[in-house]
Amino acid sequence: MTSHTTSVLDPRPVLAADMEGLRARHPDAFRTNGRGRLKAAAFVGAILAMAVFALWALDFNPQRMWAGLSRLGLFFSLLFPPDAHGRLPAFAQALGETLAIAFLGTLTAAVVAFPFAFLAAKNVIPNIFVHFSLRRVFDVSRSVDTLIWALMWINVVGLGPFAGALAIACADFGAFGKLFSEAIEATDRKASEGVTASGGSALHRVRFALVPQVLPVIASQVLYFFESNTRSATIIGIVGAGGIGAYLTELIRTLEMQQVSVIILMILATVAAIDFVSSRLRFAIIGRKAPTA
Amino acid sequence: MSATVPHLPPAQAQALAAAYDAATAKSRLRGLGVAVVIGALVLLAGWFAEVRPAALKNIGHFTDYLAKTIPTISAETPRADIVAWYWDLKTWARLLGETLLMAYLGTLLGAVGGFILCFLASANLVRSRTVLFVTRRYLEFCRTVPDIVFALIFVFAFGLGPIPGVLAIAIHTTGALGKLFAEVVENIDMKPVEGLAASGASWMQRVRFGVVPQVLSNFASYGLLRFEINVRGAGVLGFVGAGGIGQEFLTAIRNFYYTDVSAMLLMIIATVIIIDLATEHVRHRLLFGGQHP
Repeated sequence: MTSHTTSVLDPRPVLAADMEGLRARHPDAFRTNGRGRLKAAAFVGAILAMAVFALWALDFNPQRMWAGLSRLGLFFSLLFPPDAHGRLPAFAQALGETLAIAFLGTLTAAVVAFPFAFLAAKNVIPNIFVHFSLRRVFDVSRSVDTLIWALMWINVVGLGPFAGALAIACADFGAFGKLFSEAIEATDRKASEGVTASGGSALHRVRFALVPQVLPVIASQVLYFFESNTRSATIIGIVGAGGIGAYLTELIRTLEMQQVSVIILMILATVAAIDFVSSRLRFAIIGRKAPTA
Repeated sequence: MSATVPHLPPAQAQALAAAYDAATAKSRLRGLGVAVVIGALVLLAGWFAEVRPAALKNIGHFTDYLAKTIPTISAETPRADIVAWYWDLKTWARLLGETLLMAYLGTLLGAVGGFILCFLASANLVRSRTVLFVTRRYLEFCRTVPDIVFALIFVFAFGLGPIPGVLAIAIHTTGALGKLFAEVVENIDMKPVEGLAASGASWMQRVRFGVVPQVLSNFASYGLLRFEINVRGAGVLGFVGAGGIGQEFLTAIRNFYYTDVSAMLLMIIATVIIIDLATEHVRHRLLFGGQHP
């Protein structure tokens, strides 16, 4: 797809000379869609107006931005060169803790959400009340941020990574419940009907018709969430729920930027490694092509 | 529905059962292997995350805590009690509005950034390996570092308030959306682009007339999804002083203002659920043209 704009066969000068003729012969190609354009312009205008209002309401002003940017430049220069000051083992241990939090949290959420997702699927329990109330439970569980769940769990199990794992489990329970039950509802009915036709009970239907269809989808979603949870588990230490976040917060607050950059590099490397492994696994589970939805 | 299925003669049934066992033996063995690996990882992660199931006996703290946040609303004066519960509604509503504006502006700026960068990260539009590599690594950096970490740094540079929050959301969103956008662009139909290239269009013109019309609805859908995520995220940015309702919420939790916690939490949950439902509705219309799939 290299562009040969200066080719000898360039037809454009010839065509351009006959623009009027072209216009007359192909009126459709030159027609402007006035109404469509007006609608698009109004839409973009509304978005921009809202943005301007937000800028004003949130007190953005050029001087503050400028001063901030120059200070930011200073911080970025402090990031280099990365230097752990001999605390690498401590960081590595905290990163391991972070991974453990993400893994346990995701797994717990998936295991707990799995049975509830079947209860919330319309084609398993055709009871609108059960469906509606479970969906709302999922909504509440996932609309509370992981950090807020962490604050609550710290009250129960004390400071430390265990609270973090529980917080991730709670936040993801709702997300998994919703996604799993949608996957179950999207299954092909033929398999269920086949099991019923050969005398299977409702449980047989779930076990032999639904589970085999949804398991690959569910497994790939769980892996995907594990990837994103390794990212969110890096910050859960901000409220004291374990992992590398505690170091990160403390070092940023004391402006030890060289150590901060070491931690960020470690996180980047770990997340990239996890992404690589888990996307390979996801491809293997679901077939060659990744789902785009 | 009381039709019974006639049973097979035992010899035939046994043969069938044996064939079934033989056919599933391999996948059962693999399932067992996966279970063993996951079990080992759970033990390892449990040790790392200091899981102490005994601590869960304090679950009473959790329920006690929840119970304490329930305000006393008597049957005689329900109105006055609710007014007393939401005694600072004005401030909370303003902060919640600020949170929404932060999410809006951050998502918009991030979407613009992601839009500009996604074409440079798509292998079907850019030949230069260097450009691809640099853009992709930059996007990876932006989305791997959690927004709250950016917020911590920006609070130092720009001072307390919503500005660091907006910028943090914008940078994180650039990374997240840039990657998703690039995946959409890499899956387009290349024929229009080739047609434009054949008629001598420049790179910009190819992107404008060949790529953008194909991807815009998907981009909008991903942008809305991100907005929903950012509303949730903006709620906790205040934990580090980056504006929104988070600061007030953290103060309420730390100082044990129980009913304030529940009042604000309910407001946050309601807002998130409303935004969820609204964006889901719009997304469906964008992707399926108004019809449900």
